Amino acid sequence: MKKIATGNKAVAEAVKEVRPDVIAAYPITPQTEVVEQIAEFVTSGEMKSRYIAVESEHSAMAACIGASITGARTFTATSSHGLLYMHEMTNWAAGARLPIVMANINRSLGPGWNIWAEHTDALQERDTGWLQVYVSTVQEAYDATLMAFRIAEHNDVLLPVMVNLDGFLLSHIMQPLETVEPGDFIPPLHLPHAIDVKNPAGYGGLTGPDQQFKFRWDIERSMRDSVKVIEETENAFAKRFGRKYGFTDDYRCDDADVIVVAMGTLGKEAEVAIDLLRTEGIKAGSMRLRWLRPFPKLHLKGKQVVVIDRDYSFGRGGILATEIMAQTKEEVFSVIAGIGGQEVTYEDVADFVRKRKMGTEFWFGVNSHV
Amino acid sequence: MDTIAEIPKEEYILKCTSACAGCSDSLALRYVLKAAGADTVLVVPACCTSVIQGIYPNTAFKIPVYNIAFGAAAACASGMSNAFRAAGKKTNVIVYAGDGGTLDIGIQAMSGAFERGTDFLYICYDNEAYGNTGMQRSSGTPLGARTTTTPAGKTDAKKDIDAIIAAHDPPYMATAAAAYPQDLFKKVQKALTFRGPSFIHLLAPCPPGWRYSTEKTVEMGKLAVKTGMWVLYEREYGKVTIGAQSKAAMKKPLPLEEYLAPQGRFKGIDAKTVDILKQRIAKNFAKLAAEEAAP
Repeated sequence: MKKIATGNKAVAEAVKEVRPDVIAAYPITPQTEVVEQIAEFVTSGEMKSRYIAVESEHSAMAACIGASITGARTFTATSSHGLLYMHEMTNWAAGARLPIVMANINRSLGPGWNIWAEHTDALQERDTGWLQVYVSTVQEAYDATLMAFRIAEHNDVLLPVMVNLDGFLLSHIMQPLETVEPGDFIPPLHLPHAIDVKNPAGYGGLTGPDQQFKFRWDIERSMRDSVKVIEETENAFAKRFGRKYGFTDDYRCDDADVIVVAMGTLGKEAEVAIDLLRTEGIKAGSMRLRWLRPFPKLHLKGKQVVVIDRDYSFGRGGILATEIMAQTKEEVFSVIAGIGGQEVTYEDVADFVRKRKMGTEFWFGVNSHV
Repeated sequence: MDTIAEIPKEEYILKCTSACAGCSDSLALRYVLKAAGADTVLVVPACCTSVIQGIYPNTAFKIPVYNIAFGAAAACASGMSNAFRAAGKKTNVIVYAGDGGTLDIGIQAMSGAFERGTDFLYICYDNEAYGNTGMQRSSGTPLGARTTTTPAGKTDAKKDIDAIIAAHDPPYMATAAAAYPQDLFKKVQKALTFRGPSFIHLLAPCPPGWRYSTEKTVEMGKLAVKTGMWVLYEREYGKVTIGAQSKAAMKKPLPLEEYLAPQGRFKGIDAKTVDILKQRIAKNFAKLAAEEAAP
């Protein structure tokens, strides 16, 4: 069905189709519309789920964990400080191998109070064992949320998945949306380690130095296995619903000398900059990174790489740039832009490419050399 | 149910737990699970009970136990209960948490779960300090008690968690003590008949923490009741009923010194502090008696 929706509504629509057994959520700007819309679906009976209006994000994730371990399908949504507040439990969810799906509406961190887009919130969850996908359009928010359930619940994965949408730039933007009827594209969840009172077991008790590393390795093994599950899921989705996604969204990369790498809406904006640069004779391309975890093998050999980070790791650098530099020997021009919702236009992105100084870092709006 | 003989033989806490000698946490839990039966899941935050289950891959508990982070037990149980009920299952969801995980770090999640009418039983076994980490003070530590972080004795009063729970108006709440297993057994059975949240606050004397000799665990619990330091009562739909043992104590309490003297944690407590504790006992008795008498 074709409609017009915001990024937030698209997430809620996808969740409605998948119909989790339990939703536990706490409101935070700019995520609120997701949980309000789901609450409406549940109240109107369009969605037969239990909605737990918890008293904090820590409890939202704890409630999802408690529900998930019974074998129930679960969903929550948060943003920024909410995500940080549940950090203890995001680690628990992954460690407990629970296929919880969460939408995170990327937002800056205080102080000061800033409700605008930034990726530092989700990137601080980078090492928790969650799969992370970053989307750039309303349609992609819907499709990625739908697929997140199938990927998380796959027996070779059984890890939680976080779908990331830029605050306001996507969460509150209206775009066309085509909804689907997923049917058996999302098979029923069978959690192999679900609680069974007839076969009692202890979960997460004392674990010694001779055992703990095995559980950690098992997470990594599943993270590696998730690569083929993501590919298989995205291929099946393309075949069935006609929209194709991948680990990256590549635009005019094949013959490019310089490639812009970014995540979320900035990655999409970069495509307009690429067209502009091409008219100037600059052979540029754009590689929008969709999946941060598992981190894909990027094909950047022989290219100049301009990485735009809407985030930062103090004392080290742009987080995405650092990730890419760890993988490739190619020189990187690291641009820090869009922090706290700072406006970055396609013209700005084109300027980053034109005035790039390979091997350096540039803070948009602070440094003057570009 | 007036004799031990009527309590089911089935054991859910097997031998060889790693509990300390004279531990009343495991003693009480044995009766809690006998009352709850096999269709039960225990949700346990960080506390002594997370340790006494044993070390992976072994467990001494014969029911599913879900261990969860310190401040998250009630929220986790809330999700679990909702998922079970959504699936049409009546499985009991019981939080078994210490005083630190209840009165301190877990109070927000617990308040939320009670306010939302979660169908579960929350049992706080109270040994009046952070026992698992070596006896630091909690807000459940009584005035005057020495802990490793109150080496000169605690200068603040014990937090009245029962009043806080009562403010949430759950259908059923009660106090209990490990020293009175039949009473505990009956209260757990009763609590599980209510739909919605119920609460049991359980006094759990701790030999290494309170510094008395291990064989005195039951005696210590009984002395707490007989001196009025602990009052056994139930609150059903707001109606308070004081237990027979505490009624007797209200008529003629044993001198508080009989409870304090055997415990190393109260060594050197000054007369003024003892006097304040006695005043609090009298005040608490009067408050509960008035509540019981209320129509």
